[in-house]
Order: sequence, then structure tokens, then C-alpha cells
Amino acid sequence: MGLKPDEKLDIEKLLDGIENYRPRRKGWTWRNKVEDKELGDFTYKEMSEDLENSVPLPAASSFEDIDPQPEPVITTEIASGRFEDDIRRMRMAAWHGADHIMVIRTAGQSHMDGLIEGTPQGVGGIPITRKQIRVTRKALDLVEDEVGRPINFHSYVSGVAGPEIAVLFAEEGVNGAHQDPQYNVLYRDVNMYRSFVDAAVAKKIMASVDMLQIDGAHNANATARKAWNVMPELFVQHAINSMFSMKAGMPKENIALSTVPPAAPPAPDLRINMPYAVALRDLFEGFRFRAQQNTKYMESSVREATVTHTLNLLISELTSADLQSTITPDEGRNVPWHYYNVQAVDTAKQAFAGMDGLKEILELKDEGILREDARKLKERAVLFLEEIKEEGGYFKAVSEGYFVDSGHYPGRNGDGIVRQMDGGVAANSIVPREDDYLAPVCDHFGYNNLPDDIEKPCDLIGECTFHNPDKIDFIDELDEEDNVEERLKENKEFRKGNKLKPEVQWLGDGWVNTTLFLPTTKDVAEVAAQKIGEKMGLKKVEVIHREVMHPSEGTLIEMKGQVDFSIDIENLEIPEKEEPLPYDELRGFVEESPTNVVAATVGEDEHSVGMREIIDIKHGGIEKFGFDVTYLGTSIPINKVVDAAIEVNADVILISTIISHNDIHRKNMQKLHDLCVEKGIRDDVILIAGGTQVTDDIAKEAGMDAGFGRGTHGDDVASFIVKKERGEIE
Amino acid sequence: MPIDREDNFEERRQHLKDLSDEELKEKFWNLAEDIVDPLIDTAEGHTSQSIERSVLLRMGFNSLDAKAIVKKVAESDLLGKGAGHVLLKLAEKENMEVKEAGLAIVDGKFGKDNLKSLFSGGDQ
Repeated sequence: MGLKPDEKLDIEKLLDGIENYRPRRKGWTWRNKVEDKELGDFTYKEMSEDLENSVPLPAASSFEDIDPQPEPVITTEIASGRFEDDIRRMRMAAWHGADHIMVIRTAGQSHMDGLIEGTPQGVGGIPITRKQIRVTRKALDLVEDEVGRPINFHSYVSGVAGPEIAVLFAEEGVNGAHQDPQYNVLYRDVNMYRSFVDAAVAKKIMASVDMLQIDGAHNANATARKAWNVMPELFVQHAINSMFSMKAGMPKENIALSTVPPAAPPAPDLRINMPYAVALRDLFEGFRFRAQQNTKYMESSVREATVTHTLNLLISELTSADLQSTITPDEGRNVPWHYYNVQAVDTAKQAFAGMDGLKEILELKDEGILREDARKLKERAVLFLEEIKEEGGYFKAVSEGYFVDSGHYPGRNGDGIVRQMDGGVAANSIVPREDDYLAPVCDHFGYNNLPDDIEKPCDLIGECTFHNPDKIDFIDELDEEDNVEERLKENKEFRKGNKLKPEVQWLGDGWVNTTLFLPTTKDVAEVAAQKIGEKMGLKKVEVIHREVMHPSEGTLIEMKGQVDFSIDIENLEIPEKEEPLPYDELRGFVEESPTNVVAATVGEDEHSVGMREIIDIKHGGIEKFGFDVTYLGTSIPINKVVDAAIEVNADVILISTIISHNDIHRKNMQKLHDLCVEKGIRDDVILIAGGTQVTDDIAKEAGMDAGFGRGTHGDDVASFIVKKERGEIE
Repeated sequence: MPIDREDNFEERRQHLKDLSDEELKEKFWNLAEDIVDPLIDTAEGHTSQSIERSVLLRMGFNSLDAKAIVKKVAESDLLGKGAGHVLLKLAEKENMEVKEAGLAIVDGKFGKDNLKSLFSGGDQ
């Protein structure tokens, strides 16, 4: 089953035969850099191989639709609670350039003692199960064939079932995972001994299939109020997990440090974040860097978040990033919506394209505050490690509240997270391995009293699942109601029928977002917006963003609400898209019947690019087909256009009208028509208008024969003229 | 208890300030290793129910059966022997396949005493 760009993912087909699906590869894949990548008019310095199918940036329409793919792997985090909807979102993100898909786990999974099975719906994330992973991996295998680039699939190996989840991931071809026992201890209150003992086993399993590991250090700056103060501690957390991972058997190049620029504007972002980024890359040379974007200071403005994230991308560009993670700009207002995943990916792709080759122009100073501050941070981190050692080790230090203290170490504010050595979830749950401890399976960390006469540990049992995946015992569903089959039944009319409904995360969820400005105070605006939403017929109206334009003059509001109706696609009249005539036919017609065209950008309008695209031979414009074009220029009054048409005995008048303030585009079109009637030439001339706000309908209402909007090419216009001249169009 | 302390960096850094960047980096990693060594030693010599369930998954048991078997092994105070080890011993003694032995434990065919006796010494 391959995917076709014009067909949706068929969830039922994906589920079919899932009990026998096997991942086709294991381990992490990086992008392949291309030296001096030629694309369109440009030579790129830091790009990777092209995609076979993709959606380029919106402005690419002016650049021959090029879609340069940056060198770092680009991450998006997707987890709506329903994996069958998530995989549609993953496909969209992949088309925009994501090749690392992280799924966040459902609330509470880290405290579940064992694996979850089946496909229950999640809250704030997805219940990670064998079936959910397998179907998702199968879908991603299809999507990577479609886009032409491997996609890394990723989730979390943490909580009190870490080793089992690591086995599951290794068996099912998950390519990367978060694994950091410190995260368990500090944020999930899992007992510290249990966390580290389990982590070593999990890490060795991850290493056995070449998975990439991401650590959890960045959570410290998400927790501390003044995030930039915890920078010395971040180095310490990275070091502890990295060293522990290597000792558990993980190669350095598969260990990625999760690093977030801790400060954000209005703080002097780069001044604070750059020394940290530089110091980190000095101290941890040889490891991988997963550059994550700041979430700590996100409010509900997607604009503000996007600017912060773009500055984060500048830091990645000026230092380095093996993986560039993206945060959806709506994370400060709701559980991320799917189109914001796509936009966040585009933000990274756009910024990296724009900054390509920057390091050939700029370099970081070797002296001055950048290096001085970086040095101080490193010294502070060394002092931190020294004190942990003096205190009696890591566990003792955690119990004394050294971590996530908001002070700038060695300053301490006494507000660190305190965990007791014998406390937390699963306290006192580790057991010493006895002298005859034996585990007859491969890639098992730690003491194992294996007999000498075997080649590999699993020879004792025939084979383990790592050597023979057919031994995996697949569980399908455990809950008769809470499963994907039941959910698919509920929304079938939206999936396979003709019904259409807006959505932001689940098929047919009905959510829409509305932006409005109200000329009043914030408090009044918020309540008024609620009423307006209700009067618009929206259900569950909720204001998700408010921004003061002026304390009394007005407030910008964004609100969401659900529509409770759907549209039947069958009942829609979709205008058929006109296919342009072939080159030879257009050329042949103009040779037989020479056609004069007068063209101008009208009114007080200096935009000439659009018109040039339609006319110029080098842009594939109508001159290519032999039309004789007189281009009058920009800001031409309508009467001058008509006079010129009379003078050259024009067959066609082409006007471009970009500016649409006060409906000036409509007025100009109407004026052209009226003047042609007045001068008695209307029946002899074809009138065509173009512009970004022009549509065929608007133009016809204003007396034109045709109107062309965005995305029009010369052959579209030429085809219309020829068909009209031949009498095929009224 | 967590302490409050002024930022006394200048005072504390005296022994570091003359180190080269390379020396400082070496010190950083040596300290990290000193801190991690006891943690990795603890991990080497211990196991947990999750670890033993991960062994059983690799042996071809599903998660439900793995959980039931490890629970029984833990109740029998045999986690330190290894859950897979218990199954090997049981299969050998009962002349069963390992998988069959595991499922028999799930079905309650063998109790704590049966399992404990597997390790009570071959010469008794």
C-alpha cells in the first residue's frame, strides 16, 4: 500500500494485518548534507538533500517553488490523544520538512507499573502501546516513501516501566527516545535508586538498536522562575546523564543534549543565551545537540512566540544544532493544533533557509564578554560538581535540594526540589542481584551469571525477540469500548463520506478560531467577545488570546468555539479549474491571428512584479506565445490605457491592480469598462484584470471579461485570450 | 534541607581561575565520572520488577503475562535470581518449554513454595 498525494491516509488499511507488521529498519537517521546545493538562482551552503514531495514556503511561489531542506533534523511534537488523527498530522508535518516526530505520552503513564496495551484515548498525550507504535511506524514508513526522506519516530523511556518501554521501542523500530533518570527523580517523583537502576538497563537496550537518546535537562529552566539562573545546573544535569549513558553502553554520538536558550525577550536574549550555548558546545564536544525552543516565557501570542523561536534558531545557526526541535506557537493557549505544528516546522525551515551561509559572513568573537561569560558558566558548573561530591554524592545532593534551585549557583535560594532517598514512587523496590542472577536475553545491562559455553545470552532459550521478532506476543485490544475501531465508527462520515467539518486536532472536532478587534478595554472586550461568539452560533466559546492595543481604544481578541454543523461536499459547486492550452496551440493561433495587447499597472500603484510575470518572455509570460505586448508601466491612469489601446488598435487590455484600499481595484476595473464603452471600443477589446485581491467573479462584476488572482501564469492568461478570440467563451 | 546562600562565586573560584579551558574541561568530566561511578555500580548489581519484566518481554511473553509472572517471582523473593532464570529452572525441572512454564505460573499452577524449591540446592 503506497500513498498518493491526492489520497488521504486510509486508517482501516493501516490497521489491517498490523499484528504481523515489522519495522523495516532500526536506529536513527541523520540528513545527508549536500555541498554547495544549487536550487533555483541560488547556491546554498548548509542544506541537505531535496524531498521528492513537499509543500514549500508560501513565498517560494516567487522562487520557482524551491524548497531548500536545512541540514539539521527538524522535530515536531505530536500527541492529541488519538493516534489515528496524529498520523494525519505527522504526514502534513513531514511534507513541510519534519523528519523527527515525537509523541508525548498521556498524563500519568510514567507512574504506570507496566505497559499499556490496545489503543485507548489519551489526555494531553497518547497512551504509548505496542499497537499504537506499530500502526504509527507503519504509517511513517509510507510517509517517508512519499516524501523521500527517512522519518525518525520518538517517544519517552521514563517512569517506572522504563526497561519494558525500551524493549518495546527496540522491537518496534522507534528511532529515538528521551531517557534521563534525573527527570524521573525531579519531576515525576520516582524513587532515585529505582530510576537509575532501571535507566541503565533501558539505555543499554536503546543502544543495542542504535537509538538516539535525548536527555531531560532543559526541564530545569522550564521550572525555575528565572530560568537563566539555572544555567550552571544544566551543565551538571547534562554531564550526569551523559556519563551515566556512556557507562551503560551508549556511544557518545547517540547521546543528544536537550538544550533550550533559557532567556527570552524582552530580556536581552542573545546576550544571555549565547554564552550559555557556546559554553555547552565547548564542554560537550562530540555529543549531539538537540536545540529546543523556549516554552518558559510563552504567553498566548503566537506572534511573540514565533519571534522568540526565530531568535532561538539564530542561536542554533551561530553555534550548532544536530536536531532542531520546534515548539508550536500556540502552546501557550491550547494543546497544540495541527496547523501550528506545520507552521512551527515552517518557521525553522524558513529561518534556516534565510540564514544559510551566515557563518561565512560572521564569526563569534574570540575575546570579550561572550568568552568571559561562557568561562564563568563553566567554572560555576565545576563548582557545582565539586560540591555534589563533597556532599556525599548525587543522591545525597538531591535530598539536600541542590537541583532546580532558582539561585545562580553557587548562589542558592533554598527553593530547590527535595527528594528523599527512601521516598517517591516505587521506593525500596530495587533488589540486589544474587551471585547466580541470570537473564537469558541479549543486551541486558549489569551483572549476569551466564554460562561460558554460549555465543549469545539468548542461546539459553532458543532466541530472544531481538533476534527473532516472530517471538513477540502481540496484544491487540483489551478494552471493548475505548479503542480505535470504535472511534473510527463514530467519525466515519467525515473520514470516508461527504461530510466536512473544521478541525484543529481530531477529525470532525468542529473547532474554529476567530480573530476580532473590539474598541474597548480588555476586560469589557473579553466578555463581549464571549457574547459575540455565542451569537455567531459557536459552542463552548473561549477567549484564548487578548492583547491590549491601547488601554481604552481597543483590544485584540482571539477566541475559539465549536461549530455544530457540517457541510456536505456533494452539494458544493466547485468551479472547474481551467487547464491552459498547449504551447503549440497558443503559438499557432497567434501566428495566424496576430494579437495586440496593451498592459499597465493602473491607478497609483507601483507594483510591477505580477504584471511582468504575466508578460515577460523570460518568466514564461504571454510574449512567449507571440503576443505583441505594449507595456505602459506603473501608476498609469485608466484613460491613458484606453488611449493607448485605441492608438495601437489593441485586441486585449491587461491591467494589474494590486492595491485594494477603498475597493480601488473594483473602481479601476469598472472605470476601464465604462471608458471603453464610452469610446466605442468595448466590443472589439478583451478586458482582463489581475491582482492579488482580484478574482474572476469580482472582475466580471466590474465589467471585465476575466480576472486572475494569485498563482496565475502567462499560459493561463494566453489560453483565456485564445479561447475568447475563437468564440469558445462568451 | 535546601540552603540559602549568596552568590560567592568570586571567592569559590580561586582554585579554578588559573586553569586553562582544557584543564577546566578535564576537571568537569573527571568530577562527573566520580559522581556517576557509584550510580552505575548500584545499577550493575541490582534489578527491579520492571527490569525483570523487560527480560520476560525479550523472552517472548506479552506484557500481561510478564507482569503476572514477575509478581509471583517477587512474592517468592526470587527477583535477585532473575525471573528468566526462575523460568529456565522450572522448565528444566518440569520438562516443559520455557514459555509453557511461564504460562503455567500465570495460571497459578505453581506457587511460591514450588518456585522457592527450585533454588533450595541440588543436593537436598
